[in-house]
Amino acid sequence: MTTVNGEQTATWRTKVGLAEMLKGGVIMDVANVEQAVIAEEAGAAAVMALERVPSDIRKQGGVARMSDPAMIKAIMKAVSIPVMAKCRIGHIAEARILEAIGVDFIDESEVLTPADEENHVYKHDYRVPFVCGCRELGEALRRIGEGAAMIRTKGEAGTGNIVEAVRHMRTLMRDMRRVQSLRQDELMVAAKEFRAPYELIAEVHKTGRLPVPNFSAGGVATPADAALMMMLGAESVFVGSGIFKSADPKERARAIVDAVTHYQDAEKLAEISTGLGEAMPGLDIRTLPEEELMAARGW
Amino acid sequence: MSMQKIVGVLALQGDFEAHERMLQNALGAKTRLVKTCQELEEADGLVLPGGESTTIVKLMQRIGLYEAIQQRSAEGMPLYGTCAGMILLARSILAREDQPTLGLLDVEVARNAFGRQIDSFEADIPMQLYEGARHQLVHGVFIRAPYITRCGAEVSVLGRYQEKVVAVRQQHILATAFHPELTDDAGVHRYFLQMIEQSQEKRSRT
Repeated sequence: MTTVNGEQTATWRTKVGLAEMLKGGVIMDVANVEQAVIAEEAGAAAVMALERVPSDIRKQGGVARMSDPAMIKAIMKAVSIPVMAKCRIGHIAEARILEAIGVDFIDESEVLTPADEENHVYKHDYRVPFVCGCRELGEALRRIGEGAAMIRTKGEAGTGNIVEAVRHMRTLMRDMRRVQSLRQDELMVAAKEFRAPYELIAEVHKTGRLPVPNFSAGGVATPADAALMMMLGAESVFVGSGIFKSADPKERARAIVDAVTHYQDAEKLAEISTGLGEAMPGLDIRTLPEEELMAARGW
Repeated sequence: MSMQKIVGVLALQGDFEAHERMLQNALGAKTRLVKTCQELEEADGLVLPGGESTTIVKLMQRIGLYEAIQQRSAEGMPLYGTCAGMILLARSILAREDQPTLGLLDVEVARNAFGRQIDSFEADIPMQLYEGARHQLVHGVFIRAPYITRCGAEVSVLGRYQEKVVAVRQQHILATAFHPELTDDAGVHRYFLQMIEQSQEKRSRT
């Protein structure tokens, strides 16, 4: 946080505030300016600039790194909505570079190859807000403890298969209900079990929700998938490969935006889901070798 | 006995829950999230929240809320827009003639005029909400915030920051470039509730 003439910049409130502004919206992965413009026109609340969407990273293998700043800057120039970009887990240099470019949110993401297998970035130190993935409550609270201003459940990126996203969201929500039902004198042991900061466990106990917005990611391929995640408690949805790997990205992008807003209206969802063409090809998670699972990255 | 008025909060996208929390918890108001034209019917006033103005205007157009809000505004329904909500209410957007707005508030706005997220800030804004009263400080959170670059003759300026117009009222329409709903300061929302209480809206209820 910096204070000049009574004006405070990069406060926790402005960071979580931007996450609040993205609620009820869709954040779309885009690999170039053309896709970014399509996403904005479809009604995306933000875009994630990255050179290869998760399904391509999966196919091509190798080390996945931060995108070229030139590509990120071109997208920032082309659209008026917030632009996010990914750095590798624990890669404090990539994080500083993204901050210097001035992206609106940094995703310290398991979709890229981790740079540090023990530590994450200390995110309170940056002027830009961060989003991080989680599979359960302890992981979410450790990331918030490090300064993440937004949490997204991980799912399994690049598979077009919603099953892991559902597992992670259900686990997170169940964990929070459990913490809420505990007695005061049981919270320290809960903090120990969840390997999470005590103060944040105590806050979840009091409020029944994460102290920052809780979004969903990894495996959304249809408007119904997006609506499902909202029904399970997500406050917004990230869509990676699901849009630009489908037959008609424009129509699908718009349909997913509509589905996130009207997720409680089944008749509208039926209308929205009609005639969208082929979704992205999906992968059965059980056929993936364990070392290819992205969700397992993060500590 | 008068019925308690219902404050609608446009809930297509954005920080509508923060507005709902402030109206309910801090002020005890009765609220209604509005995603359809029928839900708008039940409301006596409407908050247009922060979020992405490009997203919200598209969602409004797709389900007919765009015209419905214009209709209700013509009848005098009180409206309050924060940040993206202010952009949606504005007559025009500087250098973005192609982006549609409701055009209800006679101002021109500049989007992201205070900069990107890295420039987002908090500051105390001197506001004159009540005629003849002294300026009161309202704590504002500015997130990728716009400001007003031109005001029509009917528009009263309620607050400025660094000489930029950031809060205005024109008859039944109130707008701020910042987010009081992200703070503990309920002053602007209380003022909007009073606008709803004093509203002279001529409803052609269906």
